[in-house]
Amino acid sequence: MATQLHRRLNAPAAVAVHGLTRSFGTRRVIDNLDLNIQPGEFVALLGASGCGKSTLLRILGDLDPEFSGEVTVPTRRAIAFQAPRLMPWKRVWRNVLLGLPGRPDRARAERALDEVGIGHRADVWPKVLSGGEAQRASLARALVREPDLLLLDEPFAALDALTRLKAQALVAELWQRHGCAVLLVTHDVEEAILLADRVLVMKDGVIAHQESIALPRPRDVADPEFTRIRGELLDWLGVRQGAAH
Amino acid sequence: MSITEIARGYAPPREAESAAGSSGPARADLVRLTPATARGARVPRWLRRTTGPVVLVALWHLASSTGILPAEVLAGPGTVLSSAAKLIESGELQAAIVVSMSRAMTGLAIGGSIGVLLAVLSGLTRLGEDMVDAPMQMLRTVPNVALIPLLIIWFGIGEAPKIALIALATAFPLYLNVYAGIRGVDQSLIEAGRTLGLSRWGLVRHVILPGALPNALVGLRYSLGIAWLALVFGEQINATAGVGYLMANAREFFQTDVIVVCLVVYAFLGLAVDLVVRTLERIFLSWRPSFTGA
Repeated sequence: MATQLHRRLNAPAAVAVHGLTRSFGTRRVIDNLDLNIQPGEFVALLGASGCGKSTLLRILGDLDPEFSGEVTVPTRRAIAFQAPRLMPWKRVWRNVLLGLPGRPDRARAERALDEVGIGHRADVWPKVLSGGEAQRASLARALVREPDLLLLDEPFAALDALTRLKAQALVAELWQRHGCAVLLVTHDVEEAILLADRVLVMKDGVIAHQESIALPRPRDVADPEFTRIRGELLDWLGVRQGAAH
Repeated sequence: MSITEIARGYAPPREAESAAGSSGPARADLVRLTPATARGARVPRWLRRTTGPVVLVALWHLASSTGILPAEVLAGPGTVLSSAAKLIESGELQAAIVVSMSRAMTGLAIGGSIGVLLAVLSGLTRLGEDMVDAPMQMLRTVPNVALIPLLIIWFGIGEAPKIALIALATAFPLYLNVYAGIRGVDQSLIEAGRTLGLSRWGLVRHVILPGALPNALVGLRYSLGIAWLALVFGEQINATAGVGYLMANAREFFQTDVIVVCLVVYAFLGLAVDLVVRTLERIFLSWRPSFTGA
């Protein structure tokens, strides 16, 4: 697999979480959670709404320091959120370069935008981008930083079905090219199985179940093995196919 | 779109029924919708908008020329125009405008800078907020005009109290709006900026200040409006030059025509600065989704 090539040989786990706890008031949203992510590994995190998966992502992204436990993450991280969060007052190419040290290097921004297929939109204001384009710009902004860990917080949730399929394929391709570790938070079981090396199910503040996906890429939703894994994961999420409890 | 247009779009128009009748059997439950372009040429908007003021001036002229409106109460538009021409010819009006304009702009520059500076200070830091915001919120409720006696005691009756009054009056709208703008910046964008590795200063420069700019321009618009108001009051303090001085003089001699000329000048100055703010908005806010100016 392409990612293997990019793994740093001497590198320990890209993400190492031990005994992580995060409480809101008296409620423990994350309760003594352990998690390791290998360099270059694509991990999807599933869970019902409010189970704490976004909280975990925010802690890994250093957006929430109110936790206890041990958390080690790479210095070079990037996050793509559910909303693209582009600065509306900066043209798309300047958004891509925002926060990078040194003078803005337009050619670099254009390369990153070309990579996600919207090189021709470099000069426009974010307000004229479609939802899919804005999300691509947000991905370009994350990847231009050459992160060792890419955190994706339901980045496709707000896209329409067709755009979402294209965006998922794009993320798979970008991940294989860049070889960074990815943590994808999602509530879409199929998306998780399509993209991830390993799918985690979060429940009651811990990783309740994990499933390594050995299916060859690109993956096919119609594969019987795919269907089997999906059924199993849905069981873990408490949603049995065909029969709702 | 106006309400009448909406009503026209949905009410079954009579011509639609006849048109449906010509192309087939008329159906009572169907309505043919007419596109906006087919609704016939209407009076152009600019013409409609100028009708009101023109009618008003015509009425004024009529009232003056028939003697219903005596010249001691209000001079007619003809007299006003000719005295305006006279004032321009002698150069008095231009000189007065330059003096008044420079007073307003000096006051605004001083007051505006103070307002923006304090807003940035209290918008960006907790300490600044605690130190600055409460006194500013208290002081803003004091009517500026009520400070004129104090200002005269402090600064005498020269240029200083006039400019101080304008500075005081303009500082508050800018302070309030810039402060609200800074505090109103989308938290998720600040968070995104932080994850992109922006430093504190980088966040201020690339996220917070641009995010506060729309509000800042609203504040500037208010401040400019108030600057003229303060100017009118300020120029009542023993002015020896400026539009207010012209007016005070005219009052002594019951020259209502000159007073009207001065009022018109104030109105035009107000319009002119509004145009400046609109231009600034066109330049700096073209990124806004709601922006429709260009």
